[in-house]
Amino acid sequence: MSETDRRPSSDTDVCVVGAGPAGAFTAYSLTQKGYDVVILDAGKRLSPADHRRRLEQWLRSDFQRKEFWHQKERDRYSSTGEIYARLNDTRVKAVGGTSLHWEANTPRMHEKDFEMHTRYGLASDWPIDYADLQPYYARAEREMGVSGADDNPFGPPRSEPFPQPAFPPSYSDSLFAEACEELGIAMTSQPKAINSEPYDDRAECQGYGVCNACPINAKYTADVHVRKAEDAGARVIDQAQALSIEHDRSGESVEAVVYATPGGDRYRQEADEFVIACGGIETPRLLLLSDSPEYPDGLANSSGAVGRYLMDHPNVSVAATLEEPTQQNNIGWVSSRSDQFYDHDEPTPGSFHLTFSNTAKSIRGGAQVKKPTLSGLLEVAGNPTQSALFDKATDPFNETALGDDLELPTNDSGPHPISIRGAGEMLPRADNRVTLDRSKTDNHGRPVPSINLSDGSHAKETMQFCLSVQRSIMDELGATITGESTLEDRDMSTHHMGTTRMGTDPSTSVVNAECRTHDLRNLWIASSSVFTTGGANNPTLTIAALALKTADHIDAKL
Amino acid sequence: MSEKIEQTDTSAGDAEGQTRRDTLLSLGGVTVGAAIYGYGVRPLTNNAGTEEDEPDESVPSDHVETMTALAEAVYPAAVSIDESYIANRVFGRTEPRPGHMDELYASLEKLEDYARARFGDPIPALSPKRRRALLRSMGVTESHPKPDGTQAERVRFYVLNDLIYVLFTSPISSDLTGIENPPGHPGGREAYRRAPNGGENQ
Repeated sequence: MSETDRRPSSDTDVCVVGAGPAGAFTAYSLTQKGYDVVILDAGKRLSPADHRRRLEQWLRSDFQRKEFWHQKERDRYSSTGEIYARLNDTRVKAVGGTSLHWEANTPRMHEKDFEMHTRYGLASDWPIDYADLQPYYARAEREMGVSGADDNPFGPPRSEPFPQPAFPPSYSDSLFAEACEELGIAMTSQPKAINSEPYDDRAECQGYGVCNACPINAKYTADVHVRKAEDAGARVIDQAQALSIEHDRSGESVEAVVYATPGGDRYRQEADEFVIACGGIETPRLLLLSDSPEYPDGLANSSGAVGRYLMDHPNVSVAATLEEPTQQNNIGWVSSRSDQFYDHDEPTPGSFHLTFSNTAKSIRGGAQVKKPTLSGLLEVAGNPTQSALFDKATDPFNETALGDDLELPTNDSGPHPISIRGAGEMLPRADNRVTLDRSKTDNHGRPVPSINLSDGSHAKETMQFCLSVQRSIMDELGATITGESTLEDRDMSTHHMGTTRMGTDPSTSVVNAECRTHDLRNLWIASSSVFTTGGANNPTLTIAALALKTADHIDAKL
Repeated sequence: MSEKIEQTDTSAGDAEGQTRRDTLLSLGGVTVGAAIYGYGVRPLTNNAGTEEDEPDESVPSDHVETMTALAEAVYPAAVSIDESYIANRVFGRTEPRPGHMDELYASLEKLEDYARARFGDPIPALSPKRRRALLRSMGVTESHPKPDGTQAERVRFYVLNDLIYVLFTSPISSDLTGIENPPGHPGGREAYRRAPNGGENQ
């Protein structure tokens, strides 16, 4: 079969829609067990050369960072809530999914995250607990090659070491360490799916400092397991946009996924089992688009929960300066974190974790950027000082200076920047949701996803407390606080969770403890969309663990 | 003419089936040295794949000389570079888009033509001050970088911003920026732990 043959396969056991981490791990695991698997993905497959090109595209302000995967018409959406969704800056539609530009932080969720109702009377408990997921966390860490150390006094229990040693703390971390010790705040290593040594035929990190676009694949991306699945017999059909899911006459099982190819052809991929792995936004959208007389509100949506309970991870940060050099931007990743405030006794403020930045300096700007003349004029109009007017009069076109006057993106003179970031917990609320915007359509004339998200009181109070802790650390450090990033006017973070949530009650949840939909016996969901609550930690390791667990359930059924 | 180029550049060929790069190479070129860890920009990887974007091993020597002369004018005087630096960092790097190098060559040719017509000499024969005047005269310093724009906008995108990119991703800018191992350069695994002014690792 040629590379461009995008016709469906026959005699397929499992059809997986989406080739990000969730789809990749599900497909890989099922292929290993001997099943015939077809993976559909709306995006393209990046070549090794594309991966290397991305380094320069990421660093240059005159390139679009997302140009490898973004298609304007296909990826339209609406953002109607207080928080701007900025979907196309965060999600990636390509083989490998959003892991193609993730930062590869892989903490596990904590035990409390699965028991929010029991412990605090908040939200709902997951129908599974940490112990159910623990062996899958270990498998996911081995598959990804997570670097880490068992040095977190507040971390969840572990029964085995990390597959690779942790990266040691940075010089910048050492500046924070004394202040944190004085305040009784424990700093620990940050687990991450970046090779601290050669692993799984991938190179060790060489410190390019651009993790989002790692040019040497030292950072794990999910196309690794897509390739492994293919090596074991799976078939990947890229640029195959899933349009709808069709069920049988009884409405009890799915028969096919309808998809379109770039040439405009439409096909039906039939299979025995179907796994939807399209992320927290496109997964509920695909279900809502697949309505029928049996499911007038969208497929698998008898509960009405599809699209509801959208969560992200609100985050805040404090930037400051020190008179001494802080050695920023020599590396791209975070080397230290703190879970001191993750587990809590009272319901609110809730969980958050801290990360200590190694990248507090600006690296974009300077002579790389040529400001539009109009924006220069508007700046002057907004601040008509004598010097601004003089500058504009003598340099009306904002000429780029060369030679000794070349503008640098940053410089070596003090004071020197330093920063702390904190990400926290948002509780699921029914009004935070993904719906269909029928006034706007995509490249196939289908309604686009509409995202409505706002922070509730729990998230606001949690992140206010987080900010106060960050300020205390900066004060203890003797740093001068220069800025704060708060929840005011924030954009949505990169983590989209909760929109097809897991539960035991079919009237309030979309999938059961095995991640199979309550409504259809052969429709499964692998995604952060199944998270009942979101915790405060990066979700990808949990997505991978759940995908591996779901594959075991599918295997048991088949 | 290398066999590799005949295999890979057909999509950009002219009516005779010969690409711009073929033509340039037929005029003679210099060899771009193999990039090495800590200096070059060719990423080391054991995740082998297709090599369709690998830089050509030969680059026209006059382009390296011209680009080096321009770098001497664009960069602050405190930055010291030579032709091997430009050959490796600019011409030896992975193309950010297929065809980028062809466009860079074309922009350099336009710039050279302009220098000879308006300044009476090839770019390397001009003083650094005159080279800066050349870029200003052509409108490059007042233009936005656009890969498919006017002549000045293309020179800004392919020539000036290429030079700025390799400067800010190379340790030769470290003294200016205070970033020992700037983003885009391999070597941060050591640098991120090092205390300022060559102190001991943490």
